[in-house]
Amino acid sequence: MNLDLNETDHFRENKVFINRIVACVLFINIATLGLVVRLVYLQVVGHAHYSNLAQDNRVKISPLPPTRGMIIDRNGDVLANNFPTYSLEVFLDQVADLDATLTELKKLLNLSEDEIDRFNTLRRRHKGFAAIPLRLQLSEEEIALFSVRMPHFPGVEIQRRMLRTYPYGELTAHVVGYVGRISEAELQNLDPSVYSGTYHIGKSGVEKAYEELLHGKAGYQEVETNVQGRPISVLGQTDPQPGTDLYLSLDIGLQKTAKDALRGYSGALVAIEPSSGHILAMVSNPSFDPNPFIQGISRTQFESLQNSPDRPLYDRVLRGIYPPGSTVKPFMALAGLEYGQITVGRRVNCPGFFRLPGSDHSYRDWKSGGHGGVDLRLAITQSCDVYFYQLALRLGIDRMNHYMRRFGFGEKTGIDIDGEKAGIYPSSEWKLKTRKQAWFPGETLIAGIGQGYVQATPLQMARAMAILANKGKVVEPRVVDHMQVPADTEEPFPLHKSEDIPIPPGDWRAVVDAMIDVVHSPRGTAKGIAGGLTYHIAGKTGTAQVFSVRQDQVYKRMKVTAKLKDHAWFVAFAPAESPRIAIAVIAENGGHGGSIAAPMAKAVIQQYLKGR
Amino acid sequence: MEIPLYEPKSSHSWLQRLHIDLPLLFGLLLLSCVAFVVLFSAGGQKIDIVLRQAGRLGLATGIMVAIAQIHPRHIRLYSPPLYLLGVVLLAAVHIFGETSLGATRWLNLGVVRFQPSEMVKLTMPMMIAWFLASQPMPPTLRHVSVAGILIIVPALLIAKQPDLGTAFLVFTSGWAVLFLSGLSWTTILVLAVLGGSLLPVLWHFMHGYQRDRVLMFLNPESDPLGRGYHIIQSKIAIGSGGVFGKGWLNGSQSHLDFLPEPSTDFVFAVLAEEFGLLGCLGLLAIYLFILARCFYIVVQTQDKYSRLLSGALTLTFFVYVFVNTGMVIGILPVVGVPLPLISYGGTSMVTLLAGFGMLMSIQTHRKFQPPLESQ
Repeated sequence: MNLDLNETDHFRENKVFINRIVACVLFINIATLGLVVRLVYLQVVGHAHYSNLAQDNRVKISPLPPTRGMIIDRNGDVLANNFPTYSLEVFLDQVADLDATLTELKKLLNLSEDEIDRFNTLRRRHKGFAAIPLRLQLSEEEIALFSVRMPHFPGVEIQRRMLRTYPYGELTAHVVGYVGRISEAELQNLDPSVYSGTYHIGKSGVEKAYEELLHGKAGYQEVETNVQGRPISVLGQTDPQPGTDLYLSLDIGLQKTAKDALRGYSGALVAIEPSSGHILAMVSNPSFDPNPFIQGISRTQFESLQNSPDRPLYDRVLRGIYPPGSTVKPFMALAGLEYGQITVGRRVNCPGFFRLPGSDHSYRDWKSGGHGGVDLRLAITQSCDVYFYQLALRLGIDRMNHYMRRFGFGEKTGIDIDGEKAGIYPSSEWKLKTRKQAWFPGETLIAGIGQGYVQATPLQMARAMAILANKGKVVEPRVVDHMQVPADTEEPFPLHKSEDIPIPPGDWRAVVDAMIDVVHSPRGTAKGIAGGLTYHIAGKTGTAQVFSVRQDQVYKRMKVTAKLKDHAWFVAFAPAESPRIAIAVIAENGGHGGSIAAPMAKAVIQQYLKGR
Repeated sequence: MEIPLYEPKSSHSWLQRLHIDLPLLFGLLLLSCVAFVVLFSAGGQKIDIVLRQAGRLGLATGIMVAIAQIHPRHIRLYSPPLYLLGVVLLAAVHIFGETSLGATRWLNLGVVRFQPSEMVKLTMPMMIAWFLASQPMPPTLRHVSVAGILIIVPALLIAKQPDLGTAFLVFTSGWAVLFLSGLSWTTILVLAVLGGSLLPVLWHFMHGYQRDRVLMFLNPESDPLGRGYHIIQSKIAIGSGGVFGKGWLNGSQSHLDFLPEPSTDFVFAVLAEEFGLLGCLGLLAIYLFILARCFYIVVQTQDKYSRLLSGALTLTFFVYVFVNTGMVIGILPVVGVPLPLISYGGTSMVTLLAGFGMLMSIQTHRKFQPPLESQ
């Protein structure tokens, strides 16, 4: 019985298995038949067609690079443009003896070793169809010189190309950025169909951040060529998709004013429209001319920029991190009011120093005699350190951290350009994690006046000012105002939704009144700029102590000049009653914020508000 | 009465003792000869490419013969631990693996770099066959589900590397076993529909370049400068070959660098250009001959494990051939699958010949071992 069942089972299993084998064989036969049919289609039916195509691939597909989008300021001034130029290019598959050709050309046009090297790197990456440039910008004489001898150089041609140019040069070098030759590493991540025929790519600033939109998409041309490979006729063409033009919120006139104001100092200035977060001016001084980078800057030229003690290549707006100093005091005051640790009217006695309970170490005020009795308004107007030592101690570092972060301290601003630094706003947890040490109360005091571990970029300061000017509405800085994005592309830098800061109107009024006093009261730390103003500027000065120097170069220079001067800060917005511009200025080693940085800010604010 | 022992024909005896299946060996060697001829042309007429390939063939043949010595009983016994080892190594690749060309596939074992996904190509059908062989056929829904999980886990690990081609092959080798075990047609249909509805999900997880390849496959002409270039040039090479081909070493497409990777993934296009339709049919004939011999071995098997494993290996071998040629002639998307035993490269050759070693073991042990060993 049992055996019987097994027998049937075995029989059935065999049957199923044989069935499946038959199905497999059937499948294989059908699939093979499919392959054969396709092969017959290609090799018999399509033979004539494909033979034509294959005749030394006489039909060439040559890429048509797109025209890069322009970058335009808010008033229609062009900041990045393209101009036509003639370049010498080599079609590899048509050159019989490349080495000989190169030697001849080297003699004829005085090609440098650099140019030959660059050509060889490019050559290794391209297969088949691409033309490789030898020299991008030919002079009139060179064109004439080569044209006469062109028949001796099959496969070498003069091509018309568009080349990038920056009319305002060093005025826009950091914010607009520049394009340069595509590097080996960049090539790995590029879609060859989009970039064939393109030799430049955005390397920094807006040019890099909006690369995809600015670049566009390559088109191509099917060209019939003769035996020597010279084109005879165009068989078909797909037009390239030109890059998108970008309209910046930047005002080049204001940019110029800002740059002039910073003259003589290393430093940075950022101006923002508070309601939108749009950048109006953004200057890092000193700067550099981006134009030589386009065609490949020479090594010596680059090294002199790189090694200059003033670091012109370094974008201080996004990457310069400085202790914000007393410019944090308005925000500290708001934190104190928010957590109920101070009231507007309560006075604190300032003897010129502060001691932690149970310690005899003195934390000094900048004014050695002290300010006497100070309330919140006077504390900000005169930048009284003792008032804020005491406030910091009451708040504690973690509450300070929580509140200041909402104004963007220690966080990236989210600007639409790559490479910004987040700065630092410390907390006890942060210190434990990074320094493996507990937090000391003394460090709270120092953080309370924006020193110690606290570090911020000029952009962060300007944005914090904008948020304050907005009565707590948080904005993200944007350089690009608008553009005509093709329908199917995503917005490259969508705004992050951040929570607004609820600031009670009374608190805001008290702090802003004090900031108006900074400029307009005879006791204010920036009273020097009040003359000639027809509106109120709400501002705050700051001096960042250079006690820990991060950059060796700067340090050495200071030793030489024996002037260990502080960095001068000024942050402000205006008009105080209906703010239209928020600004942050830092002048490295400028000394006092009120006398050095504040006039710089005033110049920019005046020009901007006068203009509209 | 004395029953005379079965005496094999003397001319076969040394091959039998070596457990080598002569027709299969003949087919494989014939294929390798074709490979040398085509590779010499595709590799820029350098003899060292051919020599290196021959060296690898020697090594891989050695491995094949070694595996053929192992009794199927033992192959069966080793299936689960080898499968587990494969999965562990795949996981290790994600943690310690080496990245080259944007994909993490290699484990560095000090002496050699090792690609665990290749090993899984074999351990997968071994494991599923082991699992289903102990169950009654056709498998119940529960067993199918367990087998499905056993298949999906390594396949996903490989797809994440990312290596969609190999993931697909591994996946197929597992399903081949399930199919052969008598999975009902309704179940297959339901799973196919389910799988089809999962495609959008898969699309979501694909990398940009993988999506490009699929889109390019659907319409290569849309992008003649980028990804579509490979397929267009490949089709030009094949089509211009015609019926008789341009002759050995005369393929202009292949030699003027228009053809991408002429000695590895696109080697079939070189053959098609130089030897024409006749050459292609000849190659397909050799493949069909090998497949026919494999099927002969499959139907001769006596136990369930052997027949499931041998059947799956045979079917997978064909899928390799089909996926590669299909890609080169433009009827399947471009996935990095080499043409079995023709493409330049050692890794896939070792895996393939190891599989044939198992087939030989199954064939030779069944036939000759019992009379020699029994009693």
